[in-house]
Amino acid sequence: MTLFSPKLAAQFDALVEKYPLRRSALVPMLLYAQDEIGYLSDAVIAEVAERIGVTELEVRNVASYYSMLRFKPAGKYNVQVCTNISCMLRGAYDLYERFQEELGIGHKGITPDGLFSLEEVECIGACCWGPAIQINYDFHDELAPDHVPGILAGYRGRSVADGKAPHA
Amino acid sequence: MGRRPMPRLVSHPDEVKLVSKRFGQGAANIDRYIELGGYESVKKCLAQGPELCPAWIIDEMKASGLRGRGGAGFPTGLKWSFVPKQSAKPKYVLVNGDESEPGTCKDHLIFLHDPHAVIEGTIIAGLAIGAKVGFIYLRGEYRYLLEIMDKAVADAYAKGFLGKNIFGAGNETTGTEFQIITQTGAGAYEVGEESALMESLEGKRGIPRIKPPFPAVVGLYGGPTVINNAETIATVPHVFDIGGAAFAAIGSPRNGGTRLFSISGHVQRPGVYELPMGYNLKKMIYDVAGGIRGGRKLKAVVPGGSSTPVLLPEEIENLGMDFDQVGKAGSMLGSGGVVVIDDQTCIVEFALRTISFYQHESCGWCIPCREGTDWLKKSLTRFHAGFGVAKDIDNIQYLAENMMGRTFCPLGDAAAMPTIAFVKKFRREFEDHLNGNPCPFAKHVELAVI
Repeated sequence: MTLFSPKLAAQFDALVEKYPLRRSALVPMLLYAQDEIGYLSDAVIAEVAERIGVTELEVRNVASYYSMLRFKPAGKYNVQVCTNISCMLRGAYDLYERFQEELGIGHKGITPDGLFSLEEVECIGACCWGPAIQINYDFHDELAPDHVPGILAGYRGRSVADGKAPHA
Repeated sequence: MGRRPMPRLVSHPDEVKLVSKRFGQGAANIDRYIELGGYESVKKCLAQGPELCPAWIIDEMKASGLRGRGGAGFPTGLKWSFVPKQSAKPKYVLVNGDESEPGTCKDHLIFLHDPHAVIEGTIIAGLAIGAKVGFIYLRGEYRYLLEIMDKAVADAYAKGFLGKNIFGAGNETTGTEFQIITQTGAGAYEVGEESALMESLEGKRGIPRIKPPFPAVVGLYGGPTVINNAETIATVPHVFDIGGAAFAAIGSPRNGGTRLFSISGHVQRPGVYELPMGYNLKKMIYDVAGGIRGGRKLKAVVPGGSSTPVLLPEEIENLGMDFDQVGKAGSMLGSGGVVVIDDQTCIVEFALRTISFYQHESCGWCIPCREGTDWLKKSLTRFHAGFGVAKDIDNIQYLAENMMGRTFCPLGDAAAMPTIAFVKKFRREFEDHLNGNPCPFAKHVELAVI
């Protein structure tokens, strides 16, 4: 039995064979598992450990190192606002404040409906197009605080359209 | 709603477009890449024959004067020549696309617009050192770019440019083999350090290894490994396109070719510009990027990503942007991330934001970095909030100076170097924050200053 969709399970079967060393699949596997399940639950960690052939403790030890990996659910849409220097100089903190106001949550908070979570993050590699954010893996750049309501409305609409329940 | 399908591309007449010449041309498509002259360089290398090819490539690379674009500026041809010819363990090429140095977003554009240049450069590096496998590692945040890269790799396999017998030069047994494996990170600046990246690729925490042995001898999976920045690798095909000597002639002495400069911050036209090595920094800010926005004045510039010491306006008058000249000026060319700061910016806040990043990213493995970054952040936070005392200024500098050279990997230095420069060059501004004086610039400390 697997926790993952048949597609992801098949992808994982191939992933462990891709490298000279099975364990090289660990970090990608954790990230892809999180993308599907929402976070690294105990059950996810147990299954990943079994697939790689290491202990759960080893998996936790590795997972806790990487900032994108999380042990608790986030919102369906995780809003990551970069406030590092290049974005900061172009008004990232004003942008971050506006997100806080619009969503009514702070750093690592989740909205009660589970739709959004918010994070202040380090450089996301969009320095020349700052201030920039990522919502899940999508980049949005050259933003101003006034763009915030429109962006959030867009994701609310998208959520209704895809009909899937938030992870949280 | 501020959402763009692709980051904005910029252009300026002073640019010399080599690495960026296919940007915006649809070259992520393999047929388009070939149409634009792609995969000719690797064929040129293969045409030398299996015996002569490695030495020929390395000689050409040495002649090109190409130096590592990740930040250290080590000559690429020389690095490749360190890999032993004979090895019991397999050799590897490793492409570092963990681009995470604040102020740097050039590899972002390379993966987006020219993924086949990365593949072609990786194959050439493999031919030079006798590796059969190359890894391309992208930071986890670059998922959409990984998908572009994966598609490009699959297309290269389908054309026979990767596999058991690349470019059909021989057959399954006599041909040249080269495989490429892509990999995603999951959020860690430290993994941009070469040995930490190898640890991550081996499925571990990204903690740096002690050196020696160096990766050229004992690297990934214990095999000899060449690791290069994505920009370096994407530049390689252009070296063979125009020839090493012609490439060297574009740049300044001992600094061959062009560089992708990510110009960000308070300029009119931020963007990634490809300019010859040695291009004047003042011109870069005022002409290329259109000068300081809002009619303000230049206060300072960080020349090569957030870990490089800040420069004052008078220090950039005649400064050519190459590894040697910026080094002489007391800073580093680093990753080519030029962060421009105007006169309405609080340097103490800027220093605090810089150190907060390094504190967050320190892997915690060695003490001077783990403790040093933490104490620097604490001191600067308190200081910026208006609770600093005079001796804090010296303490901050003392702490940073004692991190220098005392850590396993360069992250400790990366945190210490800019901090020292901020304190030395803007001491007056630090003093202005003393005695409960509110920060003269920033509005984000209002809550903290009670």
